[in-house]
Amino acid sequence: MSAPVAPTTVEITKIEAGALQAAPRPRRISARAAILIGVGVLWLVTFALAHGQGTDTLPMAALNDVHGFFDAVKNWVADNRSSNVVLLALDGVRVVVNAVVQALLALLAATPYGLGYPEIGWLGSVLLFGWIAWVFGNVRVALLTVGFLVVIGVQGLYLEAMQTLAITLAAVFFSLLIGIPVGIWTGRSRRVERVLTPVLDFMQTMPTFVYLAPLALIFLIGPAAAVIATLIYAAPPVIRLTAHGVRDIPESIDESVASLGATPRQRLRTVVLPLARTSIVLGINQTTMAALSMVTIAALIAAPGLGQVVVQALQSLNVGRAFNAGLAVVLLAIVLDRVTTAIGRRADPAVVAARRTAAVWPRRIAYAVGAVIVIVGIVLSRSQLWAAVFPRQIEFGDVIESAVNAASAWVNATIGGATSALQEVVTTALINPLQALLEQSPIVVVMAAFTVIAFTAGRWALAGGTLAGMLVVWLLGVWGPSMVTLASTLVATALTVAIALVVGVWMGRVARVDAAIRPILDAAQTMPAFVYLVPFLGLFGPNRFTAIVAAVIYAAPIAIKIIADAIRQLPDTLGEVALSTGSSPWQDVTKVQLPMIRHAITLAVNQALIYVLAMVVIGGLVGGGGLGYLVVAGFVQVELFGKGLAAGLAIVIWGMLLDRTTQAFAHRAPRASTAPAAPARRLRRSTLTRTPRTATA
Amino acid sequence: MHHAATRTLSTLAVLSVSALALAGCGSSLNDTSSDAGGAAACGTTNLAMNNWVGYTADAAVYTYLAENELGCTIVQKPISEEVAWQGFGTGEVDAIIENWGHASLKEKYIDGDKTAVDLGPTGNEGVIGWFIPQWMTEAYPDLKTWEDLNKYADLFKTSESDGKGQLLDGDPSYVTNDEALVTNLGLNYKVVYAGSEAALIEAFRSAEANHTPLLAYFYEPHWFFSEQKLGHITLPEYTDGCDADPAKIACDYPPYVLDKIVSSAWAAKDTPAVKLMQNFSWTNDDQNTVAAYIAKDNMSPEDAAKKWVDDNPDKVAAMLEGIK
Repeated sequence: MSAPVAPTTVEITKIEAGALQAAPRPRRISARAAILIGVGVLWLVTFALAHGQGTDTLPMAALNDVHGFFDAVKNWVADNRSSNVVLLALDGVRVVVNAVVQALLALLAATPYGLGYPEIGWLGSVLLFGWIAWVFGNVRVALLTVGFLVVIGVQGLYLEAMQTLAITLAAVFFSLLIGIPVGIWTGRSRRVERVLTPVLDFMQTMPTFVYLAPLALIFLIGPAAAVIATLIYAAPPVIRLTAHGVRDIPESIDESVASLGATPRQRLRTVVLPLARTSIVLGINQTTMAALSMVTIAALIAAPGLGQVVVQALQSLNVGRAFNAGLAVVLLAIVLDRVTTAIGRRADPAVVAARRTAAVWPRRIAYAVGAVIVIVGIVLSRSQLWAAVFPRQIEFGDVIESAVNAASAWVNATIGGATSALQEVVTTALINPLQALLEQSPIVVVMAAFTVIAFTAGRWALAGGTLAGMLVVWLLGVWGPSMVTLASTLVATALTVAIALVVGVWMGRVARVDAAIRPILDAAQTMPAFVYLVPFLGLFGPNRFTAIVAAVIYAAPIAIKIIADAIRQLPDTLGEVALSTGSSPWQDVTKVQLPMIRHAITLAVNQALIYVLAMVVIGGLVGGGGLGYLVVAGFVQVELFGKGLAAGLAIVIWGMLLDRTTQAFAHRAPRASTAPAAPARRLRRSTLTRTPRTATA
Repeated sequence: MHHAATRTLSTLAVLSVSALALAGCGSSLNDTSSDAGGAAACGTTNLAMNNWVGYTADAAVYTYLAENELGCTIVQKPISEEVAWQGFGTGEVDAIIENWGHASLKEKYIDGDKTAVDLGPTGNEGVIGWFIPQWMTEAYPDLKTWEDLNKYADLFKTSESDGKGQLLDGDPSYVTNDEALVTNLGLNYKVVYAGSEAALIEAFRSAEANHTPLLAYFYEPHWFFSEQKLGHITLPEYTDGCDADPAKIACDYPPYVLDKIVSSAWAAKDTPAVKLMQNFSWTNDDQNTVAAYIAKDNMSPEDAAKKWVDDNPDKVAAMLEGIK
């Protein structure tokens, strides 16, 4: 409970908690349960009578008219790139983005493909970043920055890390340039908010793979296109959090300043921006982390950096090399997270006031001395080879690489048999029956069943939306693959929640366990999935189960954290009462604690679903099949572009349907008096978010 | 608070200005390191780097020779296959050194907008088809063609294949007719999508290690052949046009003559880099050797290229003939 104040989720908590409390509509559970059971029974009966009839039979490589239409649009873009006004304007955007990212690359990493030396060599950039972390954050994050950057250097990946950093910084720069004004506008106008929210949802749920190919068509390839692809994914958090900060400003303040005759511009500068600052800085943190999570994907359109190492290591199945680069991504993520969080804490009005009253001069002198050291470092790094390029003599990347390769081979040889047995059992007992039910039932029956389920959760609006969404999926010609993906998604979500309940309860009850496991969870969220795909392939083979395991690894951390935090926030007295009445710890957990955190559990289910869906495409790379495979194929194969796009849209639709449905169920779950923290739904994949806390503060 | 914000901004501004100033003045290693000698005559070539190891091997040897023998500058740009073609028109990409087929792209960029030209074959012949792990070629000597497959369908059954035999398809980058083939040849098999080359290789590795059956889509040339001699299952012979209707295909994949596709503008310059590209030619074994140095022996592409160049002076001399 003594975790440091983490502003990260407090703010978001307010958003979600507000939304969730909006419609507390107590209903009789039994009626709903009866409907759900009825749907299940009817479905099973129809499946038994009519399976295999009225199903989707379009083969994987076959196309329909919608796919052809998407292909035609793509060809039109390719043909008109140099004549159409809109496309020429977009090319102008590319030129500007390219100038910025190339300047950053030249400054930190030299030309993207290793020619020449950076304007600021490793010694200069390590000191510079350390100094920035110190001046804008504090001494602790400065030491962390310097330490971790040196470790990355010793890993032999300094150049690649700087390339990644340059692209990330460029993406964050443009995200803020666009995101903060748009966020302010959104915060001040409900209408803009209503229009923009689904757009932002779309930007964050659309798998990046889907728009990679069309983006490359318009913005070509290389660092600029990578920045733009990253921007699409990374801008929404700062827009949302800026809007949230602006919206939270009490109207009375704004009005009283306006009545003093301040112009809108003055009001913005003196009231809106300062008051919303904490929230905006939090948005910058989330945007930065989202941008960094795109490094491996960006590598697929020729962005240099750590992602490139991971992708190339995957080709030769070099687990060790991929791990080494993945580790560098994790270290970089920790640095960026801690530094932006420290800056965020400094933005806190109380801290600002405290620093103003403290002695100013000693600190300024210290900063100046630091600046001189930085300048000396930069000059050295421009004239001395040892300070420009990280010395190879002290690199131990090879050691990490071979150690991990050896460990991976040993694990594979030792438990390989057991893991494939596990794969067989889960596949035959869970995945196959569920997939058969979804895939072999007449499409009409599946649609009807889901519509009724949506109705029990969210009444007519949700039922109508669900039916419309499913009809679109059907028209897109990807119903069959959708069912494959849906079956795997449901199984992965169930496994994730099961793991989250066990580990989360354990962490919530024992503080020491929490302290030990939490860093592992953070790393699991940050490590690029490409790194662990190969070892999993070795253990489980290419199949849906492997895709499910990859999704569980990615989704479990957030679900575990939600459960753990909810358990920890239950009043201690509850447990004492239970123990004093003679119940065992098991009874305490099952009879007291779990019912109390029912709301947190539904949220964990919601989060698990969203995270699992985010991994559908990655799953397609290891035998997941379904929509994920189509998206991957659409990216690399010109003939399947349209179908890949259709599959991507289908993923977005399923994401929205599942999200809305679980949210609707969550609305209706009875809330315990101590409401657990609602997590950041739309800030998913924002890695390293710490200790979600209650909104009671 | 407002002060603090302004100060933050001004500090950042000062910082970036001074960083830029520092970058602008003072001696830089870059000033002394540029050695433009031969590069001026040959210029810079943007070489697309498609993401399979065989491609890397071709590119590494080409780059090694161009830079060390001819003094050219080669910029290797990692990029996916289809996207590389789009780069010809804009100058982002000058050359693709190993192209697999792609009739529709050739039609569009070579015949259509004429931004690309074909510089001829690399000497490698691509074979796409169905393969079994090495141990099975010994244990099941009668498993050689598609006609033998139904007999063994039970053997290839997995949890993924609905009670039929499993045909593991792989890397989505390659065109596959396998679903149509299975149907049209009346095979009791189901196509399962592994999704990536890594997944296919890992599947062959564990099949060999554990002596488990596997039937999968794969291709030559590939470094993996230097690790395992996969058995090729032949399909009904390919004849011109037998693959015209994708739904009715019942014949083997065409043999691919891998070729070099370059931008028309770059080819017109006729620099030593262009001539070397024209001359570049080697065998499947050559490529598998270099690719295995890279993928299996963990050598850097440069070291792998150097080793092959040092070991094969005759082939190198043939490639460089008439240029220097």
